[in-house]
Amino acid sequence: MLRIVSSVSRPTSTGLLGKVAVTTHTPHNGRRSFSSTSSRGADITLTVDGKEVTVPQGSALIQACEAAGATIPRFCYHDRLAIAGNCRMCLVEVERSPKPVASCAMPAMPGSKVFTNTPLVHEAREGVMEFLLANHPLDCPICDQGGECDLQDQSMRYGSDRARFHEITGKRAVENKDLGPLVKTSMNRCIQCTRCVRFANEVAGVEELGTTGRGNDMQIGTYVAKTMDSELSGNVVDLCPVGALTSKPYAYHARPWELKNTESIDVMDAVGSNIRIDSRGVEVMRIQPKTNDDVNEEWISDKTRYAYDGLKFQRLTTPLIKRGDRFVSATWEDALAAIADGLAASGAKDDEIQGVVGHLTDAESIVALKDLINRLGSDNLALDQPGGNAAPVHGVEKADAILLIGTNPRHEAAVLNSRIRKSWLHTGLEVGLVGERADTTYGYDFIGEDAKALSNFIAGKGPFVEKFKNAKRPLIIVGSALAEHPDGKAMYNDLAKFVEKNKDKLVTPEWNGFSILQRVASRPAAYELGFPKFIYLLNADEVDPKSIPQDAFVVYQGHHGDLGAQLADVCLPGVAYTEKGVTWVNTEGRAQLGRAAVSSPGASREDWKIIRYVFSWPIYRWGPLPYDDILEVRDRLWDISPTLVRYDVTEPTSQEIAIAGLKTLATQTGGAKVAGTPLRNLSQTSTKLILYQERESVTMAQCTRAFVKGENYGFTAFA
Amino acid sequence: MLSRSALSRSILRTRLFSSSRPARSDALFVHRDTPYNNPKIAFEFTPENLKRAQEIISHYPPQYKKAAVIPLLDLGQRQNKGWTSISVMNYVANLLEMPPMRVYEVATFYTMFNREPIGEHFVQVCTTTPCMLRGSTEILDTVCGHLGGIKPGQTTKDGKFTVIEVECQGACSNAPMFVVGDDFYEDLTPQSTKKILDAFKKGEKPKPGPQSGRLTSENSAGLTALSSKPYGPGEFCLPEFQ
Repeated sequence: MLRIVSSVSRPTSTGLLGKVAVTTHTPHNGRRSFSSTSSRGADITLTVDGKEVTVPQGSALIQACEAAGATIPRFCYHDRLAIAGNCRMCLVEVERSPKPVASCAMPAMPGSKVFTNTPLVHEAREGVMEFLLANHPLDCPICDQGGECDLQDQSMRYGSDRARFHEITGKRAVENKDLGPLVKTSMNRCIQCTRCVRFANEVAGVEELGTTGRGNDMQIGTYVAKTMDSELSGNVVDLCPVGALTSKPYAYHARPWELKNTESIDVMDAVGSNIRIDSRGVEVMRIQPKTNDDVNEEWISDKTRYAYDGLKFQRLTTPLIKRGDRFVSATWEDALAAIADGLAASGAKDDEIQGVVGHLTDAESIVALKDLINRLGSDNLALDQPGGNAAPVHGVEKADAILLIGTNPRHEAAVLNSRIRKSWLHTGLEVGLVGERADTTYGYDFIGEDAKALSNFIAGKGPFVEKFKNAKRPLIIVGSALAEHPDGKAMYNDLAKFVEKNKDKLVTPEWNGFSILQRVASRPAAYELGFPKFIYLLNADEVDPKSIPQDAFVVYQGHHGDLGAQLADVCLPGVAYTEKGVTWVNTEGRAQLGRAAVSSPGASREDWKIIRYVFSWPIYRWGPLPYDDILEVRDRLWDISPTLVRYDVTEPTSQEIAIAGLKTLATQTGGAKVAGTPLRNLSQTSTKLILYQERESVTMAQCTRAFVKGENYGFTAFA
Repeated sequence: MLSRSALSRSILRTRLFSSSRPARSDALFVHRDTPYNNPKIAFEFTPENLKRAQEIISHYPPQYKKAAVIPLLDLGQRQNKGWTSISVMNYVANLLEMPPMRVYEVATFYTMFNREPIGEHFVQVCTTTPCMLRGSTEILDTVCGHLGGIKPGQTTKDGKFTVIEVECQGACSNAPMFVVGDDFYEDLTPQSTKKILDAFKKGEKPKPGPQSGRLTSENSAGLTALSSKPYGPGEFCLPEFQ
């Protein structure tokens, strides 16, 4: 099947080859990732600066030079985008070639001799730099890119020390474009590397960005006035080698050398993107992606990147106790005593004591809460959901047919969606969808939007059946919308039976084709609340207030005073993900370690510590939880599941367990009735505010206004 | 002439590097909605043009349908009074199932797509080197002066003529020349230029080609070689081939 990326050529398979050239050892056993390694061609050997280097056939010359340890300056070349070859900065000398060659657009040839450090190359770089600077404004002091600007750095290293170019007609002037509330433009600075255009068209799948005009008048933009409506738009800020595209919320806030970088894990969706938190003092200034080929490559979604300003508002900083209809701040001692009194007064015993885990809870505190609730004699933890035992999403790039059920990955896991698009562009991947129609950035066969359509599909009727049947590696991705849908059980039952029937294809030792796409970093099941008398809400804000009995005593622990806190009798201030070093597990089942970037505000404490100290005084018959530091908590995690402390590795679900899980699922959901209401995507827009941190984020609110309602939003050009 | 050079000297004297002018382009490379050019104005091919468009599309493999974008834009420009409005571009994008931005890129790249309305007669005066050496500056001045003192790039008040300067049209052997619509008028003098424009003003269509009376680009002083009648098919052949 042939699919065409318009205007730009398809990226060649060299995209991942740089990695292949380096890692020649066999991967760890049992390691499985989102990405599949590209097929490896024959190796070729060439000489770079007198050093012999072996690279896979089809590599670009620039990759061979990199492998030989030579640094090649570049602006337009990016190893995850198609090759454009238009900045000419990567010129190198090749023996028997009359002119310097652009190493990014030149395939590495066996036996060729390449020189990267000769007078010819120096002169060529200096000349190219002079041309690039001819139309570049010298406004570095007021440019946000200053200090992390490729043009600035490379003009220092490779440029001339003075200008000869006195153009009588002046410098080119280009008007700024309005790309929305996230990306600020200053188009005079643009050097037309077209990285942003290639990113938008290939990776993000919004084919609205392009180049208009020609020659000196060429400019980047959308031609018609239009915002860049993409959930990955923030990445163009990172890609831009100059200050033409910068971050609007971060504008004029900090210089890169003032920032402390902390590598951590994102919790805005369940992908577990690797991020770098840039902080100054106690404030998070911005979030940047950190490269991890197995999880998020080099991209993060806008939600991940821009929701951090919500961390500054509506925080719980001291323990609060409800007195009458208002909260009064209290000391930790009083608050813990109030909880103890509350438990005694409510008379809750055994399963009348309940713990509910919310969206942004880390593994350590979930385990601590579980231990606490168990210790109180209860096993009533709202943690699970139907089908929670199915394997998580992985191997997207290996699949040749994907059936999406009740999910739009574009908005639920934007980075994962870009992987599906990548696979759809470069392989013959076929996608089918049961659920609400949406623009997914790749084509799909629409099957239907309710349980009936799904049962028709399973019965072998309607579109996409044949394609799915013929696929070698079919993959079913079930969205978390299903679990929250009235027909969810019936659909799970159908699916479980279908997968069991086709287990020779869907569940084999090498391939697990049934997976659940989680929407948030930790999935609550607040809708399954019983009628407890003592409820411990850990970051849980999606609780239906009606499900909480009037006379129940409610403790809320979290970092924002949001919906859950309003229901509480006692609020305990926890910390946000940028303030604690804890374990996060993503939708693949990959445990990753986050790190604290800034200190926690006020009297707030790390969540597992708070739970550790609730009922910890010796006067209670239960005694304290058996861990005093984070290492002991992680020992406990190991007891529960060793995968929780095997960081950065995903454990595949074994075939037996997967089938056993499906059987349980089938029996649990057997006999469920179908109501026939259509499935709706849970997060319909990239900016729908699911998490309370997002609800507090000014930037996210502006995105909602700009992209969802189409109003003018609050920022001006110089906000 | 004297005053002109004095003026340019004074401009040179007052222009400083420190206060350089921004370089402006002659066309706008972004779209602005105007009453005469906005996406709400409907455009679609007439039945004949649609048939022609289908024929053009059939020249290309079905998965490379978008290769027809340039001929289709040209077809749209011809139907839309000589200019390519945003509606034409959107219509072509829709017809070829490609993102509109890809069509905008093409339409803004090629200078022969006019993105602003033009007059009834589109006069394109060539001012590239061979024509310039043969006096195209005078021709351009004559055209502009004869059409009421407009400047290149402007349209006359009655909307009949638009004049622009263009680069080489490949008729250098008959320089100087200009193009009106699709026809070349070559070997121009100020007199013949005026005559052609007057004819267009009256609604006539003067004969295209060299205005000096010579045939195509033959030597104007008479042929020096190949002056005899070229022999036709069968002549000088053996009888059985005659």
